[in-house]
Amino acid sequence: MPGIIGTLAAAVIAFAVLAVAGDAMPNWLVLVATLAFAKGLVALGIVALMRGGLVSFGQGTFYCAGAYAAGLAMRSFGIGDAAVLVALGAIAGLILGAIIAPLLAGYRGIFFATLTLALSMIVYGILNKTYSLGGSDGLNLHAPRFFGYQPAGSRNASYALFLFTSLVTVIAAALCRIHFDSVRGLLSHATRDNEIRVEYLGASVRWVNGINFVIAAALGGVGGALSALSLGHIDPDFAFWTTSGEFVFLAILSGYMSVAAVFGAAILLELVRSFSSQYFPNTWQGALGVFLLLIILFLPEGLGSLPLRLRPSGAKSARAPIEKFK
Amino acid sequence: MTALLETIGLQKAFGAVIAAGDISIAVERGQKLGLIGNNGAGKTTFINIVTGHLKPDAGHVMLDGKDITGRAPRQVRRDGVSRSFQIPQLFTSLTLDQNLLLALAILRDQGMSSWQPARSDLGIAELDDLLGRFRLREYREQTIAVLPGGVRKLVDVAMAVTCRPKLLLLDEPTSGVAAEEKFPLMDVIMRAVEGTDTTVLFVEHDMDIVGRYADRVLAFYAGRIIADGAPGAVLSNEEVQRYVTGGAA
Repeated sequence: MPGIIGTLAAAVIAFAVLAVAGDAMPNWLVLVATLAFAKGLVALGIVALMRGGLVSFGQGTFYCAGAYAAGLAMRSFGIGDAAVLVALGAIAGLILGAIIAPLLAGYRGIFFATLTLALSMIVYGILNKTYSLGGSDGLNLHAPRFFGYQPAGSRNASYALFLFTSLVTVIAAALCRIHFDSVRGLLSHATRDNEIRVEYLGASVRWVNGINFVIAAALGGVGGALSALSLGHIDPDFAFWTTSGEFVFLAILSGYMSVAAVFGAAILLELVRSFSSQYFPNTWQGALGVFLLLIILFLPEGLGSLPLRLRPSGAKSARAPIEKFK
Repeated sequence: MTALLETIGLQKAFGAVIAAGDISIAVERGQKLGLIGNNGAGKTTFINIVTGHLKPDAGHVMLDGKDITGRAPRQVRRDGVSRSFQIPQLFTSLTLDQNLLLALAILRDQGMSSWQPARSDLGIAELDDLLGRFRLREYREQTIAVLPGGVRKLVDVAMAVTCRPKLLLLDEPTSGVAAEEKFPLMDVIMRAVEGTDTTVLFVEHDMDIVGRYADRVLAFYAGRIIADGAPGAVLSNEEVQRYVTGGAA
């Protein structure tokens, strides 16, 4: 399976590059990149859904579930290891996704998007009024350990979290790439094209969409847990619709073709946001809007389509000579 | 001997329109059936009921003695029934190769594998055989969206044939195909199922095609079968000439 080996090799190289780059980067950029990767993981889940023809406007639900699972494990059970906390975040997202998936698997288009949005707002509303979880103020978290190692000092803690986030990111990215290139990945793509034919070939469209939804939910949970550790704070805004909108924004920016593009887009977006808010404090949302508009106009299939666009087209014109049937 | 396909009293109405009014037929293994009739006569409804796309208001569909009435299309496909469509139903953003590879993977129950690469050695030999049988090799790397109608029709049928069905239903396989391409296209389709015991039912408006490729013809009119028999007999039937062919036979 050279494809899988190639993907895993690329993941190892990417992690090594990130480890070296992170050590050389200024602390503010390390923090931006950590948060970008965490959010990129949630957007990667939306990309998995988009490949099957669905867009969720409610990934904040799982982002929030992962963050609160990690936060509660830390505060209530004294679990401080990042690996365990992120695993719990993934499990929380996965379980919630598995419960919701059968309810949404029959919906498409705007109905699916609106229902996911509605669910996230229900979660937001409940958390705002659940004072045992901090209500609207949320919860504060302390710095995590990493496989038993407790970094000393702010810079070391930032770099350790960046390294850990990078590790989780490259693993998730590699697994998603392998999944996208697999038979099931192709089946997702086929479902986006023609559900009728998928069913007539003997596969279940509900099952395909359901599995994609659970994958997206688990990625949302991982992203939420990592964000919680990165920010050191959780509040119900994790489930607010603008947070979910940001993930959709990211997925559109990256497109659904490339996994790496999702994280490139996440870093780009965080940088644009950071600089815009610093230099145009009152109009930075407008700057983001213009940025997205330019992407939709000039790269409608996202940053991930850039390599394909730059490649010279070798497509032959398709004509069917009558003689071919004879 | 049990008939491969038996429909018993199939009824289906869409409001006041009767699309199937007590359709009862038995089809033996290996037969080539032509289904003729005007638009709205109930031919496609019949196919949709047999393949599970529609549930009949009454009646039963038996395949090899097993009641498959109302089963979902994917279950009916697993029972051995496959179909092509009047408007080809393909994965238009994928290449021809990918369309057929996917059909083969689902056949091998690998549709649920998140590890097996879509383009692996598995299925390559079968894919090559399919491409050869349907004379599609020169288009294999092309995206379906850029292929001409006749080729899409062939791919649609190839997708249906992939699962080696007991019963193959072709809904107007030559519609939208240039007149001079119809016979060559039907030749390719029939050669592809040659040597198998696949039973073929095809809906067709061109009586020359029906006369050449069917060994039995069912004529539909207003949701009923008005004639059933050998092509010559059915096409010369007075009712068929009045309601279906307009004297074309």
